[in-house]
Amino acid sequence: MSENSPLLLMKGIVKQFPGVRALDGVDLEVLPGEVHCLLGQNGAGKSTLIKTLAGAHQPDEGTITLGGEPVRLSSPIAAIRLGISTIYQELDLVEGLSVAENVFLGHEPARLGFVGQGEANRATRALLARLGHGEIRPTTQVGRLSPAARQVVSMARALSHDTRLIIMDEPSAALAHDEVDNLFRIIRELTAQGVAVVYISHRLEEIRQIGDRVTVLKDGRTVAVGLPAKDTPTRQIVSLMTGRNVEHVFPPRRDGPATGEEVLRVEGLTVPGVFADVSFAVRAGEIVGLAGLVGSGRSEIIEAVYGARRFSGRVVVEGRPVRRGGTTGAVRLGMGLAPEERKAQALLLDQSVTRNISLASLGRYSRFGWLDRRREAEDARALVETLDIRPPDPDRPVKTLSGGNQQKAVLARWLLNGRKLLLLDEPTRGVDVGARAELYAVIRELAEKGVGVLLVSSEVPEVLGLADRVLVIREGTIIHQADAGDLDEHRVLDMIMEGSAL
Amino acid sequence: MESAKGPVEAAESPAANAKGPVEVVKPSADERGRGEASGHRSAGRPGWPARLGEVPHLGLVAALALLAVVGLVTVPDSFATGSNLVSILALAATIGVITVGATFVIIGGGIDLSVGAVMALASVWATTLATQSYGPLVMIVCAVLVGAGAGLVNGWLIAYGRLVPFIATLAMLVAARGLAQRMSDRKTQLVQQGNEMIVELSTTRLLGLPLLVYVFALVVVAGWVVLNRTTFGRRTYAVGGNPEAARLAGIDVRRHTVWLYALSGLCCGIAAVLIMARTTTGSSTHGDLYELDAIAAVIIGGTLLTGGRGSIVGSILGLLIFTVITNLFILNGLNTSDQLIAKGLIIVVAVLLQRRSLRSST
Ligand SMILES: Nc1ncnc2c1ncn2[C@@H]1O[C@H](COP(=O)(O)OP(=O)(O)OP(=O)(O)O)[C@@H](O)[C@H]1O
Ligand SMILES: [Mg+2]
Repeated sequence: MSENSPLLLMKGIVKQFPGVRALDGVDLEVLPGEVHCLLGQNGAGKSTLIKTLAGAHQPDEGTITLGGEPVRLSSPIAAIRLGISTIYQELDLVEGLSVAENVFLGHEPARLGFVGQGEANRATRALLARLGHGEIRPTTQVGRLSPAARQVVSMARALSHDTRLIIMDEPSAALAHDEVDNLFRIIRELTAQGVAVVYISHRLEEIRQIGDRVTVLKDGRTVAVGLPAKDTPTRQIVSLMTGRNVEHVFPPRRDGPATGEEVLRVEGLTVPGVFADVSFAVRAGEIVGLAGLVGSGRSEIIEAVYGARRFSGRVVVEGRPVRRGGTTGAVRLGMGLAPEERKAQALLLDQSVTRNISLASLGRYSRFGWLDRRREAEDARALVETLDIRPPDPDRPVKTLSGGNQQKAVLARWLLNGRKLLLLDEPTRGVDVGARAELYAVIRELAEKGVGVLLVSSEVPEVLGLADRVLVIREGTIIHQADAGDLDEHRVLDMIMEGSAL
Repeated sequence: MESAKGPVEAAESPAANAKGPVEVVKPSADERGRGEASGHRSAGRPGWPARLGEVPHLGLVAALALLAVVGLVTVPDSFATGSNLVSILALAATIGVITVGATFVIIGGGIDLSVGAVMALASVWATTLATQSYGPLVMIVCAVLVGAGAGLVNGWLIAYGRLVPFIATLAMLVAARGLAQRMSDRKTQLVQQGNEMIVELSTTRLLGLPLLVYVFALVVVAGWVVLNRTTFGRRTYAVGGNPEAARLAGIDVRRHTVWLYALSGLCCGIAAVLIMARTTTGSSTHGDLYELDAIAAVIIGGTLLTGGRGSIVGSILGLLIFTVITNLFILNGLNTSDQLIAKGLIIVVAVLLQRRSLRSST
């Protein structure tokens, strides 16, 4: 095989789901040793495409050629045997098994049928060290790991096979800034050895940094092939993806400091071993951002404020204290939490979009327990439209939506019922650029109506662009507070990284 | 990093700004058409054959129809008679009421193994001489309260005592049977003279059907309404489908769990009244292995044992399939061992079919 003959060639791939043609003739060409980026809006068909490549879906039409030979990828095992390994968008680890067991699931090092657990542990430790995460123990149960650590584990799993092609579906969505650098280092190592990488992300700056060429999907079709990743203008990429020009990503901030009433006051909040003595306040109409690394305690602070964790200290919402360890009370006080992991913590996957949206406001649609389903459906439909959830069918089971559209459904739940305080943990994880701008606008509009917002995001630009005030967190303490306008990305990054081991 | 402002650089006219924050990025009219323009993708409603697959419980109805045909062919004289249909329904009524409760518990992510034993206990408690001396209404109230009380205990042990449902209700199964034996001294307790009102539930007929069939129908309708039209039903699906998501959405998962088991217990209490009516007795041996029939009916009806998915109608169809099979075997004079084998096969086939339909939908 000559240097420039493509490693992978997909032609005219079609995949039909009940009611949706997810792929409608997609072409993809990947060269050996390149990082090929796949871009497209939520629901464009990226995950579906790579699932046909991973053997998880069977395409209805089209041909796949690998290393010059036509192949049929009838199952995930077949794909792995051919040297294709995949890191899926939705984590697919077995929570009850250990890290090593997950990494070697399906190809355990075995002698005479006995699993060589020691060997698996050793190999896993080596893989994790290579990924820069020697601190994750191979024997730990995956269910106890943070989302970011789980992401590392699924990466280790992909690397545990001999591969020619690694597919990564939004691998960075659960990673913090420094970990993304780590990921890129590994990608560069791989490509130097001639391994090709198919990389999916909604963060364009990552594409610039790591990508070689870009293929853009729109509505299940390829609309651009082999664009140079480094220097295709952003505007061109976005308009290819969305078919329109996105004007402003972040809505304009209100001038001057927030003067509304205090909706949230946190005093001396402590969860032993996670964070200590955290104090801050959020005013009505104010968006407060928490910037920090994954593992710095950001999500835990939000969960404690919501009463989902036991804590010491005081959390007061509009003068009334929050009880520890009871979310019902928090909701009654007017809080809403969009948690970090949509699948595990927020969604009823089998249920319709409507039912997912209304879950936290059933009381509002009921009289003596009796549901007013018409009003419920109307409101859900309106939100599906506002947030541009696609396909725009509120009766669809949520699990058939693409990742980004699922995320919008999670947010919609809390936009529905007049909340006083919204706690948003990574609200735009996996949401495409166009839809992000819409979400930001909706969040800002809520703030303008007097809602207090507490926002956690791994993306510093998002925190700086959306929040009025930023709290910088490192290792469980607030090390700096400032108006977002007085900070810039580099300073914030310096602050959150400084002193951390990495 | 290319811009501190965010992942996308602002492009072109800032004039759009004037429209206010939400309008800023609202797609213009022609782009709104995207939704429709991609009509070739979201191919609207699926065609006929696909839609047929969506008709709920089609398989179950077909199976029931098939059994009816078998009945008409093998025992034409006795199967399609009014009295046989009545006996099928009367037979289904007792377990049917229990099945409604079991459907709730299983959709809510639990399991209740104690149903048969709790029903027996309720029947015994309601037929002790002491209870009977207060008359039939008190007997009914007693049965229902005993059932609901046992359910509350189950629920409390599971929700607050953090016992696994399987263990908690297994313990209740054993303990309730024991208590029933103790209270009745292992004797069958007859419904006394003066309390015949209970028995009349089975002997009095309205439009050809005994009253207890109406009780059954009422419980089914009530169960359907609660599951599909109330917040309680919604929460049941949520608690079973993803308890963590339910908790973070502000639902009190533990309290809801208690109510679910209490509801199941309540259904056992009602079933106890029906069995007293049918057999004119209360006994610690009533309802042996009912838990298995009820759970099997629920599973055949398409409810997932892992929770979060299922329906009352499916469970009742599942139960009717079971009851009709029993009836056919009796009418054909076949032995009961074969009947059990047939039921076992049906459970396996039903679950296999469901797995296939689950897979094709994901
Ligand atoms: N199992 C399924 N059943 C029905 N429809 C599905 C299924 N999986 C995906 N779809 C639909 O196929 C389309 C493409 O989805 P896909 O997950 O590939 O999008 P994506 O490009 O990965 O989006 P995102 O950026 O949000 O992850 C969407 O309209 C989605 O609703
Ligand atoms: Mg995707």
